[in-house]
Amino acid sequence: MSVAAVSVASPSTVVAVPNKAAARPPTARVAFNVNGTAHDLELDTRTTLLDALREHLRLTGTKKGCDHGQCGACTVIVDGRRINSCLSLAVMHDGDMITTIEGLGLPGNLHPMQQAFVVHDGYQCGYCTPGQICSAVAVLDEIKAGIPSHVTADLTGAPTVTRPELRERMSGNICRCGAYSNIVDAIVDVAGGKA
Amino acid sequence: MKSFTFERVDSPAAATMAFTRTPGARFIAGGTNLLDLMKLEIETPGHLIDVSRLGLDKIEPTSDGGVRIGAMVRNTDLAADARIRRDYGLIARALVAGASGQLRNKATTAGNLLQRTRCPYFYDTNQPCNKRKPGSGCAAIAGFSRNHAIVGASDACIATHPSDMAVAMQVLDAAVETVDAAGETRSIGLADLYRAPGNTPQLETVLAPGELITAVTLPKPIGGTHIYHKVRDRASYAFALISVGVVVQRDGSGRVALGGVGYKPWRARSADAELPRGAKAATAVLLADAKATHENAYKLPLVERTLASVLAQAKG
Ligand SMILES: Cc1cc2nc3c(=O)[nH]c(=O)nc-3n(C[C@H](O)[C@H](O)[C@H](O)COP(=O)(O)OP(=O)(O)OC[C@H]3O[C@@H](n4cnc5c(N)ncnc54)[C@H](O)[C@@H]3O)c2cc1C
Ligand code: SF4
Ligand code: FES
Ligand code: FES
Repeated sequence: MSVAAVSVASPSTVVAVPNKAAARPPTARVAFNVNGTAHDLELDTRTTLLDALREHLRLTGTKKGCDHGQCGACTVIVDGRRINSCLSLAVMHDGDMITTIEGLGLPGNLHPMQQAFVVHDGYQCGYCTPGQICSAVAVLDEIKAGIPSHVTADLTGAPTVTRPELRERMSGNICRCGAYSNIVDAIVDVAGGKA
Repeated sequence: MKSFTFERVDSPAAATMAFTRTPGARFIAGGTNLLDLMKLEIETPGHLIDVSRLGLDKIEPTSDGGVRIGAMVRNTDLAADARIRRDYGLIARALVAGASGQLRNKATTAGNLLQRTRCPYFYDTNQPCNKRKPGSGCAAIAGFSRNHAIVGASDACIATHPSDMAVAMQVLDAAVETVDAAGETRSIGLADLYRAPGNTPQLETVLAPGELITAVTLPKPIGGTHIYHKVRDRASYAFALISVGVVVQRDGSGRVALGGVGYKPWRARSADAELPRGAKAATAVLLADAKATHENAYKLPLVERTLASVLAQAKG
């Protein structure tokens, strides 16, 4: 857009106002969809998406590791893209479609990626696993969409599913138990087992 | 985290006006840096203005053959854009060398440029830090300074700017377009965006309070071989110790900028001119006024060796 056009003012939406009289922390309304269910919440503005999922919606599959974007345990899929839910304010997700590990599949009806993690022993303690699985599902979509990674040799070509590509793309998910090689096996399996 | 009020705006004008109404407010885009710092109460804004839905999310050609990148274009989308990959490969390379897939999906072009230092004492609120608390001193200078600046630093602060993308943009002569509360727009060369620490390391850019970045522009493509080499403690998902971004032409001429060495991406035209004579000559110019601590002196030879390796790679 042209920057000259910005001098025309348009009204802004005030989502939260200070509530000094009651000395209660400011809140704001947010409506989003989690795993196919619509939610309309009134939240303390400080609430992260991670805390909204765990503390307010009781979806405790998504884990809190570091709370600072450094481990990937809190990875969820928002509008088809994986993000760290710990570094995102819930009130910034108005209208979004959010998928957590519970939305991918539940016992008895597992997502192929969940099933592959079981088959390949892609975990030990399991704490990082929901984040690993959400990330892995999105990684395969990112490769399909042609998004390059640090190890993609030809920037102008289409990336393919290789072990080095998967390792690099999964680097935002730390596993303290070191289940990495089995995690890569599980993802390769879901991708068609050719890597 | 300190409590704050929150407002979502849908145009740049509404964003700057919201700032005028609520001094002390901050813009929030991807939130991956600001929210991190708010959790630690290093940043304590009383009001947040959500600028993530301003429609500034397009990558468009400019009339002079370059591109204009909207301030809210996500790092993932910028790295994946076909034109950026073909004509400005250095930017795609620098982006995918940074952070993680999850973070790049949220991080924006403007937020990336304005991310704050990763100096560990800046993050530790129990330590003196002139950037966080002006006048309190700098714990890094006599402390753990392995990852700190070797050029452009002052006696008040030796922090580095952590962005990879900014290094690539510096090589490609990017400029930042802004609008302020009065509706005035301006374009600032990336080299002029960042302020040297001097005695006021808390002032990091020349942007006025409430001045909104709307876009980053790149001049028309310059061709050449684009290489971004980042040296870090682990193979992925780590900040740079140092990084070298180059565009090298067939005749050996080219451009170079360094990351992880100063308060901004480090580039000198006089160093570009030395590139045909090799890494030693160009490094001598880039690091002419270098001042290392006992812990980060390793960066001096590391820059020269990394540049030598990159130049050899460019020759093929
Ligand atoms: C674990 C981890 C690892 C990382 N590794 C790397 C790495 O290796 N390399 C690297 O380069 N980066 C790395 N990053 C940093 C990441 O790139 C930044 O956090 C991100 O780019 C910031 O963008 P954002 O949109 O989320 O910014 P925000 O957090 O939303 O904002 C950052 C700042 O910019 C201001 N701002 C935002 N938009 C505008 C605008 N339009 N106009 C004016 N001001 C604005 C905000 O007020 C704020 O002060 C890492 C981050 C984490 C958490
Ligand atoms: S180097 Fe700068 S940011 Fe780090 S402690 Fe010193 S003043 Fe603070
Ligand atoms: S809990 Fe979000 S990245 Fe660690
Ligand atoms: S399985 Fe224990 S942290 Fe990954």
